[in-house]
Amino acid sequence: MRRLRGRGKLTEADVNAALREVRMALLEADVSLPVVKEFTNRVKERAVGIEVLKSLSPAQHVIKMVKEELINMLGGEPAHLQRGGGDTSVLLIVGLQGSGKTTSAAKLALHLRKKGQTPLLVACDTRRPAAIKQLQVLGKSINIPVFTQGDRPSPVDVAQAGVGHARHQGQDTVIIDTAGRLQIDDDLMQELEEMKSMVKPDEILLVADAMTGQEAVNIAGEFHRRLGISGVILTKLDSDARGGAALSVRSATGAPVKFAGVGEKMDAFEIFHPDRLVSRILGMGDVLTLIEKAEQSFAEEEAKDLERRLRKQEFTLDDFLSQMKQIRKMGPLENLMGMLPGMDRMKGQVDLSQSEDEMKRAEAIINSMTVVERRQPVVIDASRKRRIARGSGTRVQDVNRLLKSFEQMRHMLKNVGKLERELKRGGRFPQL
Amino acid sequence: MVFERLRAGLERTRSHMRDMLNTVLSGGRRVDDELFDEIEETMIQADMGFATAHALVEELRQRCRNERITDSEAVMPLIRDVVEDRLRQGTSDLLTDQTPAVIMIVGVNGSGKTTTCAKLAHRFRTDKKRVILGAVDTFRAAAIDQLEVWAQRTGADIIRHQEGSDPAAVAFDAIAAGIARRADAVILDTAGRMHTRSDLMKELGKVRRVAGKALPGAPHEVLLVLDATTGQNAMRQAEEFQSVTELTGIILTKLDGSARGGVVVSIVDQLGIPVKMIGIGEGMDDLRPFDAAEFVEAIFG
Repeated sequence: MRRLRGRGKLTEADVNAALREVRMALLEADVSLPVVKEFTNRVKERAVGIEVLKSLSPAQHVIKMVKEELINMLGGEPAHLQRGGGDTSVLLIVGLQGSGKTTSAAKLALHLRKKGQTPLLVACDTRRPAAIKQLQVLGKSINIPVFTQGDRPSPVDVAQAGVGHARHQGQDTVIIDTAGRLQIDDDLMQELEEMKSMVKPDEILLVADAMTGQEAVNIAGEFHRRLGISGVILTKLDSDARGGAALSVRSATGAPVKFAGVGEKMDAFEIFHPDRLVSRILGMGDVLTLIEKAEQSFAEEEAKDLERRLRKQEFTLDDFLSQMKQIRKMGPLENLMGMLPGMDRMKGQVDLSQSEDEMKRAEAIINSMTVVERRQPVVIDASRKRRIARGSGTRVQDVNRLLKSFEQMRHMLKNVGKLERELKRGGRFPQL
Repeated sequence: MVFERLRAGLERTRSHMRDMLNTVLSGGRRVDDELFDEIEETMIQADMGFATAHALVEELRQRCRNERITDSEAVMPLIRDVVEDRLRQGTSDLLTDQTPAVIMIVGVNGSGKTTTCAKLAHRFRTDKKRVILGAVDTFRAAAIDQLEVWAQRTGADIIRHQEGSDPAAVAFDAIAAGIARRADAVILDTAGRMHTRSDLMKELGKVRRVAGKALPGAPHEVLLVLDATTGQNAMRQAEEFQSVTELTGIILTKLDGSARGGVVVSIVDQLGIPVKMIGIGEGMDDLRPFDAAEFVEAIFG
């Protein structure tokens, strides 16, 4: 009976079934196993016995909760840098070899200067050959001063001298770039402890590679135990890694991810948004689709309306635009591809950045049209085309191309409508 | 001795995995579903990935059934067998019988390419071979200077252009110099790049093609440098680099941490690309030939 009516409360079986999927998705996204276990247990405790929302199936409801919990776990809102009481704020950058400390230090400096601060970069990586030179070159490229004493003095001394220099020069932020080290290298970890006690940083930022696997929880945990991490910079998010390491790091340190590195250029650096990463971690495949469905069931009415108008062949450029916006809302096309079964492999092989640009252009063109033009594209003559092209910063050819693809889409949809009607009448499958 | 060093380098990994497995397998437990689940979890924690761990455990389950194994202690040797089988596919030595042998080093940013080039150069130099390092990474700030320092320390020659110049041209010149100077090996240090950047991947394809023009048959080795702390994304890296450069092998670096590098099991198994060397420390001698049996032995104890 209950099943006939659908809903009711979430049973343990419902929850377990949905969480199995979630568990698999999290492990494939490289979230550390202990973190996955703790997380799924927590969701289970919360979920069993909860009244299922009307518009959702039990599985969808659980996954909606999973998404919310994951966002919470990552801190919900974007986190900001703390500033101490003093005039000069000291930021210490630490991490494993190759995680991206030097690049991140420079990017952070640029980011802070854009916000009106006057950062000084201090080169304390005296171990890796040419690391100091690397920071100097980067600093020069973004026009930010770099303090160095070469690779002879101890890193702790350089750090202290750098902070002194910044205070003397009246610079309000010091960013200390340190050498990469293994979290289990006792001597080098001790060096950082010493540096910490000497320069008393306002923030100790752990640079973590988004592609890190199960080990993330141990790496971050150990850095945190020795130093007390106050924030994380998650690098290489421009890869197609799902970035589950962020959850492991967060769970091991309690510190929020504050920034994300998203490319090789100096300005490829962003404030970290937990909700965006959660979609990516749950990312491709069925799980996200389920959530999207769960969240978008309210939009169903809208879809029905569109369907009705399609049947009547009233599909307009407005609808075209809103379809496009829907697609763009779901994230970069590259990620969307991954959701389609079998398309995962094709990622990276097709250059999708171009189609993204094209979509942006199409949006601009439609936005430059009047209401009448959008509803009845037939009225668009040569003079209107010139106006639209000017208004959207495109060329008349672009406007033509858009109108043509709109016509094609309308034509295609008309056929779909016909086909459906045929089938409903029990007719023969028409030849396409 | 090699084995001892490897064991030492992998000691932390090893003891960790062994402890976990021993806890799982100890005390005459029954060989049942619960046990297999725990073995699977242990493998997942070694970054073998959900799918591979699952497949391995299914195979293990089958063998335990066939061999009527009822004592959990007897499962250990079978685990070793099953994993080693996967790793053995195509494991082989570096191809260095050509003169010069052209070795191209590729990988994502921060995986340890430049350091690996230095260690490779050191290996050849220890055997009194003549080595040319090609500073093909013309992008990263000070990458050329970093390689220059290593060239001096290892006694290798270096071929370099300006920062920002055409990487393929540096590769060509390095190989030409290798031929002219009768070098035994030319090692090309390429710039790190994300495997998702199609433009940079195309550039890498070009470096490879140009190398073939400088010397037919070159590069003889194209080695992907993989950071052992990397998780499941390593598979994607291998696939993408494979498609533009036809990889001949993998160098697994940073195994001196507590990372386990289990993802190579999936890569070797599914892509058939052998692991050729492993990096087990910061010292110049800490680049070692990969040996499946040793690797598994070191991990599982």
